[in-house]
Amino acid sequence: MAKLTVNGEEVTLDVPEDTPLLWALRDEMRLTGTKFGCGIAQCGACTVMVDGMPRRSCVTPVGSIDGGFVETIEAMEGPEAEAVQNAWTNIDVPQCGWCQSGQVMSATALLRMNRVPTDEDIDNAMAGNICRCATYVRIRRAIHDAAETLEG
Amino acid sequence: MTVQNRRQFLASSAGLVIGVALPLKGRAQSGAAAALGDGTIAEGAFAPNAFIRIAPDNTVTVLCKHIEFGQGPYTGLATLVAEELDADWSQMRVESAPANDELYKNLAFGLQGTGGSTAMANSFMQMRQAGAAARTMLVSAAADRWGVDPSTVSVEKGVVSDGSNSATFGELADAAAEARVPVEPAVKNPSEFTLIGTDVPKVDSQAKSNGTAMFTMDVYRDGMETVVTRRPSVIGATVASYDDSAALEVPGVTAVRQIPQGIAVYATSTYAALKGREALRVEWDMSNAETRSSDEIFADFREMANSQGTVVEETGDSAGAIEGAETVLEATFEFPFLAHAPMEPLDAVIEVTDGAAEVWMGAQFPTADKGVITQTLGLNPEDVTMNVMLAGGSFGRRAQPTAHIGAEIAEIAKAAGGNGSWKLVWTREDDLTGAYYRPITVHKMRGGIDAEGNIVGWEDRVVNQSITAGTPFDQGGADPTSFEGSTKMPYDLPNVTVDWVKADMPVPVLWWRSVGHTHTAYATEVFLDELLEAAGKDPVQGRLDLIKDEAGRDRGVLERVAELAGWDGQRVKGDRAYGVAVHESFSSYVAQIVEVSDQGGMPKVHKVWCAIDCGVAVNPNVIRAQIEGGVGYGLGTALFNALELGEGGEVRQKNFDTYRMLRISEMPDVEVAIIESEMDPTGVGEPGTPPIAPAVANAWRALKGESPRRLPFKQAGV
Amino acid sequence: MRKLAMILAVVAAPATAETVNGLKTADEFDGIEAEDERSVALFEEVLKVVEHPRCLNCHPKGDTPLQGDDMQPHQPPVVRGANNFGAPGMQCTTCHGAENVAFTTGEGSIPGHEPWHLAPKSMAWVGLSGAEICAQLKDPERNGDRDLAAIHEHMAEDGLVGWGWHPGEGREPAPGSQEVFGELVKAWIDTGAACPTGS
Repeated sequence: MAKLTVNGEEVTLDVPEDTPLLWALRDEMRLTGTKFGCGIAQCGACTVMVDGMPRRSCVTPVGSIDGGFVETIEAMEGPEAEAVQNAWTNIDVPQCGWCQSGQVMSATALLRMNRVPTDEDIDNAMAGNICRCATYVRIRRAIHDAAETLEG
Repeated sequence: MTVQNRRQFLASSAGLVIGVALPLKGRAQSGAAAALGDGTIAEGAFAPNAFIRIAPDNTVTVLCKHIEFGQGPYTGLATLVAEELDADWSQMRVESAPANDELYKNLAFGLQGTGGSTAMANSFMQMRQAGAAARTMLVSAAADRWGVDPSTVSVEKGVVSDGSNSATFGELADAAAEARVPVEPAVKNPSEFTLIGTDVPKVDSQAKSNGTAMFTMDVYRDGMETVVTRRPSVIGATVASYDDSAALEVPGVTAVRQIPQGIAVYATSTYAALKGREALRVEWDMSNAETRSSDEIFADFREMANSQGTVVEETGDSAGAIEGAETVLEATFEFPFLAHAPMEPLDAVIEVTDGAAEVWMGAQFPTADKGVITQTLGLNPEDVTMNVMLAGGSFGRRAQPTAHIGAEIAEIAKAAGGNGSWKLVWTREDDLTGAYYRPITVHKMRGGIDAEGNIVGWEDRVVNQSITAGTPFDQGGADPTSFEGSTKMPYDLPNVTVDWVKADMPVPVLWWRSVGHTHTAYATEVFLDELLEAAGKDPVQGRLDLIKDEAGRDRGVLERVAELAGWDGQRVKGDRAYGVAVHESFSSYVAQIVEVSDQGGMPKVHKVWCAIDCGVAVNPNVIRAQIEGGVGYGLGTALFNALELGEGGEVRQKNFDTYRMLRISEMPDVEVAIIESEMDPTGVGEPGTPPIAPAVANAWRALKGESPRRLPFKQAGV
Repeated sequence: MRKLAMILAVVAAPATAETVNGLKTADEFDGIEAEDERSVALFEEVLKVVEHPRCLNCHPKGDTPLQGDDMQPHQPPVVRGANNFGAPGMQCTTCHGAENVAFTTGEGSIPGHEPWHLAPKSMAWVGLSGAEICAQLKDPERNGDRDLAAIHEHMAEDGLVGWGWHPGEGREPAPGSQEVFGELVKAWIDTGAACPTGS
């Protein structure tokens, strides 16, 4: 039984404590924007924010973050998230789309910590998010575009 | 994929065709973004044909007969309709067409399906005519209402007017439904296009950036159980016996059933299902398994390459020409099994209610899946509803002539019995160990050059399994998907022999983004480059000198890419090297030049220049995206990927830690030039992939003296 | 002859000295008369732990950790970042939690400990000889301004160091135990913290 605050709402999860947050979000809360891609923290499709920092939900047992604050793609707010999602749409980053929730989470986390990232900063922050469609050229461009929007 | 034979396909898939005139029931999923339709048909909607719905609220919904997994048909087909309808782009919506061969067949196949980069090519005229028909009916309704001659009525950006009156499509929907359906509506002259040829924004980008896009795995039904199946880790093994006592002890596990695909574990949550599967004890019967390792298979294939196979192309006397040549080069190229590894692992949802079934899946051949589901469950075709969902990638993996995912979800429902709903989830381990790979292939090449540096003889022997053998796509005889691209080269070579040695083994193989071209482009473009080098010729000019007069589009892209890259004949500049490749696939022509350096013994690709000729560029932005993606897909594979069978046939790469995907830090900058053309559009999903590996290998040879004889560049370490 | 040598070795060793999980205990070196020589021998034993993949992987040369018993570059590719906790947007804690977590879809586990981070660049061990590692360990300029007592405390008490003996499914633990290791380090210090010669 783990208690979490998910997207601003307090929830008590009646699942085994070793249940990965990913499956609790999807199966218990129907928050399906967070995706399953590998289950071993290699692809980043399951990235959410836990206590404000990006986290791979597939290797995060709910019991290990008892009392934590979880934010998923469905509730991403704030200037960075907005700038990222607008940039993503404006230059049509997504292809199949499966990985993009995770990409958006990682990009938002980067911009929250670094408003003017270089190409290298982007590579370092985003290297854990696999896109099998290889939309990487546009991901990089969209993060730069979002950074420009934020700088005004 | 390239081959199709509808008659055989139908003959082998009983119960495939259904006789519904117009689909009235679509999927009703919440959360879809505005541009993606929600499957509901508004009351009073005008349905001029099977592809278009115009609602009183003025939205125009296109029912897309092709599955959307990133390659852009939702946007592309809607563009074709909007163009001829003179709709405003903001009023366009798209949703997936249901399974129905009669209404929604791919005109290139004769049955409903997506593949072979055919979506735009086969829909180009059909969807335009659908749009033009709707426009004619709207104009006719408006003319009647205003008592004017239809010729005085015009349409612009979704507004119908005659100068003094105007109406929206929505306002005319009711009346238009009564108008006569035109038989052969006239379509626009290309010079009149306002949307085709422009970067129309994609309809699915927003929903895919905010988590609302609905995929198969996102479908939840009341009381639904999740099912994972234990399949063999050695391909072809079958269940000898199993012990489910520990699995049934796992809280949440409700049942364990043996199905033809393996042992299915049913549970109230995904986690419980996975824990239950982990607790299963299964003994496998290996009598029909492939127990050779990849290395052993390669050794067998090399041996097979010593004997002539079926000659599939022959000009002149290659053996004699090579014998008399001044210089003879030989090379054997080896290509591993490859997994497609789409980001969304395979999955399906079924709900059975009193003799009817509704299915949700990213079905690439939906009528094939429907057929097998109907048969397995013993239902009437009209009682099975297929919802073709957005799919998280495919790259060929979901284009399943065997319909094995449809079969598995049906067996799961059948084994459970009665009413209920079940979701089948494959893990990444299931995906990578689950076969349907790009076949292991060996190319044995020989080439001869005379004293003047002319190539006088060329031989290419291909050894691999047939992808289509035993499927409805089997045409009998030599399977072109095994060697396409080795044949019909654009070069004027006087003495050529291409032959194919067919290998048989129990590993299911499948088309993988660009199919035969995945290996033929590498073998032919690397070997040709080596012959040109041996003859002292420039890689670009040498190719241009060889390109046949009738291969003008190959010439066009090669000249364009050389210009784009500023090719000056210098293969090495400082620590950077440059390589080129040109290859036609799926009737699109692509040339690439790459800039490469040596980073710790591996190629680092900095830049890719690309020229593509795919006929009319319906949406240049989507074309550029597909080239960028195709380059990344092919590059990551060439650098890192081999799906290896280890000792005893056990698959060695089980997840992304060992089956390594290209990452953003390894992605080159890609610059794309699209050749202006008035030819009918051809494919863009696959043709970007074949040239990248040979271009990189040719650059690498300029730097290091040799191109790899076996891909990937990095021999996989586990 | 060989058998005889083994019997002699057993007889020579004190009753309390027993090799633990491939790591000799400090007592086992009591037989070495010369203190300096004994100190070097103790350090060579310490190196069995220090040079084990569990330790080397996060004391890498450069900015990228290694992983696995075969010490491959970390996948996904990660960098140390300004404070050895990873890069903004992908810090160590993006994947590594407070404890090891078994994978749910296949074999293996992802390692975890609170905190989880790289050793500073100055404490790189990969590619160094035993003598070089020894010199670096004793150099406050490079060892985080630690005296020998602090070095002992790090080796014997630090939780992240201790993780090396409890690395989770799919990884070989470091030899011995943290307790035996700590005693070896203490004995090495007590015998003058001598370093092996050579480069």
